[in-house]
Amino acid sequence: MSRTPRPKTKLVPQPTTNYLPERDADKRPILETRHLGIDFGGLSAVSDFNVAVGPTEIAGLIGPNGAGKTTIFNLLTNVYKPTRGTILLDGIDTAGKSTTEVNRMGIARTFQNIRLFRQLSVLDNVLIALNNETRYSALSAILRLPEYWRRERIARDRAMELLSIFDMQPLADQPAGSLPYGAQRRLEIVRALATNPSLLLLDEPAAGMNPSETSELMDNIVKIRDTFQIAIMLIEHDMNLVMGICEVIGVLNFGRIIAKGTSDDIQSNPLVIEAYLGKKKEG
Amino acid sequence: MKQTNTSIRIPMPVRYLINAALIVLLWFILSSLMRSGAITNYWTGIIIMIGINIILAVSLNVATGYLGQLPLGHAGFMAVGAYAGGIFMRAVPVQEFLRAGNAGASVPYILIALLISALTAGIFGLIIGIPALRLRGDYLAIITLGFGEIIRVVLTNIDSVLGFDFTFGSAGLKRIPKYSSFTLVFICVVLTCFIIHTVMKSRHGRAILSIRENEIASESVGVNTTYYKTFAFVLSAMLAGVAGCLYAGYIGSLYPSTFKFMKSIEILVMVVLGGMGSMLGSVLSATVLTVLPELLRSVADYRMVAYSLALVIMMIFRPKGLMGSYDFSLSHLLEKGLCAVRLLFGRKSSEKKGESRE
Repeated sequence: MSRTPRPKTKLVPQPTTNYLPERDADKRPILETRHLGIDFGGLSAVSDFNVAVGPTEIAGLIGPNGAGKTTIFNLLTNVYKPTRGTILLDGIDTAGKSTTEVNRMGIARTFQNIRLFRQLSVLDNVLIALNNETRYSALSAILRLPEYWRRERIARDRAMELLSIFDMQPLADQPAGSLPYGAQRRLEIVRALATNPSLLLLDEPAAGMNPSETSELMDNIVKIRDTFQIAIMLIEHDMNLVMGICEVIGVLNFGRIIAKGTSDDIQSNPLVIEAYLGKKKEG
Repeated sequence: MKQTNTSIRIPMPVRYLINAALIVLLWFILSSLMRSGAITNYWTGIIIMIGINIILAVSLNVATGYLGQLPLGHAGFMAVGAYAGGIFMRAVPVQEFLRAGNAGASVPYILIALLISALTAGIFGLIIGIPALRLRGDYLAIITLGFGEIIRVVLTNIDSVLGFDFTFGSAGLKRIPKYSSFTLVFICVVLTCFIIHTVMKSRHGRAILSIRENEIASESVGVNTTYYKTFAFVLSAMLAGVAGCLYAGYIGSLYPSTFKFMKSIEILVMVVLGGMGSMLGSVLSATVLTVLPELLRSVADYRMVAYSLALVIMMIFRPKGLMGSYDFSLSHLLEKGLCAVRLLFGRKSSEKKGESRE
C-alpha cells in the first residue's frame, strides 16, 4: 500500500469530553450525543456514549466484537429507541423521529450485512434514494406529463453522476444482487450519498475487500468528504483504514467509550491494548 | 434490461404508438369476430370474465408481487366495488336506456359507477390498510382474511340493522342493469394495465419495489414506507373495486356468498401461478385459469381434479410462476429483432439510434 502520508490533524478538546478537528473547532458539531444509552432487557448494551462529530470530520469507531458499535449506528438512525440520553443532529434533537425522518434530517448509513435492493438494477437502487428529491405526483406519472420526463431525466443524470464516484456507470443496468461483493459495498455508499446527507455512517465499509480495494476505498472516503463536505463516521476492523483516515477515533468496549483521540493516542493507550489483547499478567 | 451499446433503441413516442396500435387491433379483431358470430355469446361471456379476472389479478399483483405483502381479502374489495356500483346503477335510470337501445345515454352513469366503486373500495383499502400494514407476512394475511369475511357478513346482515333494503342480504341484489359490454371491459383492462405499468415505472413504483426488496434499507434511504405501503394497497383495492363494478354489470345480480374466502384464494392463485411481480404473468394465468374450467366442462366430474393437477404440475416445473418476475416489453422484443436483422445483414447503421429509453 503506497499511500502518501496525510498531514496530522490537530485536535481541539471540547468543553465536554469530546474532541474535534481544529478546522471544525469553531463550528457547531453536526452530531452530538449526550449520555446516550440503551438497555436490552437487563443488559446495558450501550451506556454513557458521548461524542461530537465536526461537520467535515472523519470519525472512527472501533472495538472488539460485541462492543456495541452497530448498536450505536442503530441508535443514531433511530432504528432502536435510546433508553437514555439525547442525540442532537445539527443541534436538533432526533428523539421520536422515525428512521425515514432521521434520514431526511441528514443521516445516511450503510449496513454491515449489505442491504441492497437486490433484484433491482444498480441505477434503480440509486434512484430510490433520490426519491425525495424527485418530486412529481402519481398523477403526472400515470399521465406521463412533461414534468415526469423532466424530473426523471434530472434524477437519472444525478444518479449516474453519483455512480461515477466509484466508476460504476457501466454497471447501471445490472441487478444489484449480481455485483461482486466489493461493488455491492460501494453501491451502498453511493445509495447513502444520494440522500444528500450531512453525516454518513459507514458500517464496516472495507469488510470483504482485498488490500488494494481497501486502499482505494480509503482514498474514496476522503474524496467523498472533500467533495461533499460532509462528516463521516465509520465502524471498521481494518486498522490500516481506521488509523489511516480517521481523525478522531473512539474505542468502545462493553458499550462504553474507553478511549478517544487521534490514532497515536489510541495506539499507545493501555486501556485499548487491554481491551484487544487482555491484561498483562502481574509479576 | 441487459442491452449492449450496439443495440437499437426505439424512441419513446414510437413505443407508445406501436402498443396503442396493437391494442386497438386486438379490440377490432375480437369485437368484429363477436359481431359476425364467430365468437358465440357463450364465449363472449367468458372473454368478459377473463377481462374481469385480469383486472383482479393484476391489481392483487400490486400488493403481492410488487409490494411483497400477502393480503387475502381481495374478494372483499371486489365485493365493496360490486355492491357500490350495483346499488348506484339500480338507482339511476340506466335500465331504461339499455332497454331502449340507447347505450350512449348510459355512458356517463357507467363512468360514475366505476368511479364510485373505485373510490368506495379505495376508502375501505385505506381503512383496512393503515392498521393492517403495520403487520407483516402471515399476520397481515390473517387480518385481511378477517376483513374479507367481515365485508361478506356485513353485506348479508346490514339490511336488518339499517331497517330498509340496501343490499338485500343473502337473497341477493338483483336486476342490476347489464352494462358491462365487451368494449367497456376491454377499455378497463387496458387502462388498469396502463395505470399499473406507469405507476410502477415511476418514483412511486420504485419506492414500492424497494419495500419488497428490503424494508429496513428502504427506510434508511428516506422512503416513507408507511405511505407507500398504503399507496400500493389502496391502488390495489381501487382496481379490485373497478373489477367488482364490471362484475356486477355483467352478472346482473350479486350475492354475498360469491365473495367468499375462496374467491380471494382464486385470485391469489392466478397471481402466484403467473409469477409474482409479473404483469404479463398475471394476465396470462388469469386467462388460462378462466378458460380452463370452461374447457374441462366435458369431463365434468373430474374438472376440479384436472384443475388442481394442472396447478400442482405447474408449481413443480415452474415454481416461480409462469413468467417468474419477467415482464414483457414488446418494444424490447422489436429492438432485439431489429438487432438480429442488422447483424444478419451486417450493416452499421448507427443513425437509427434513439436516445430516450424506458
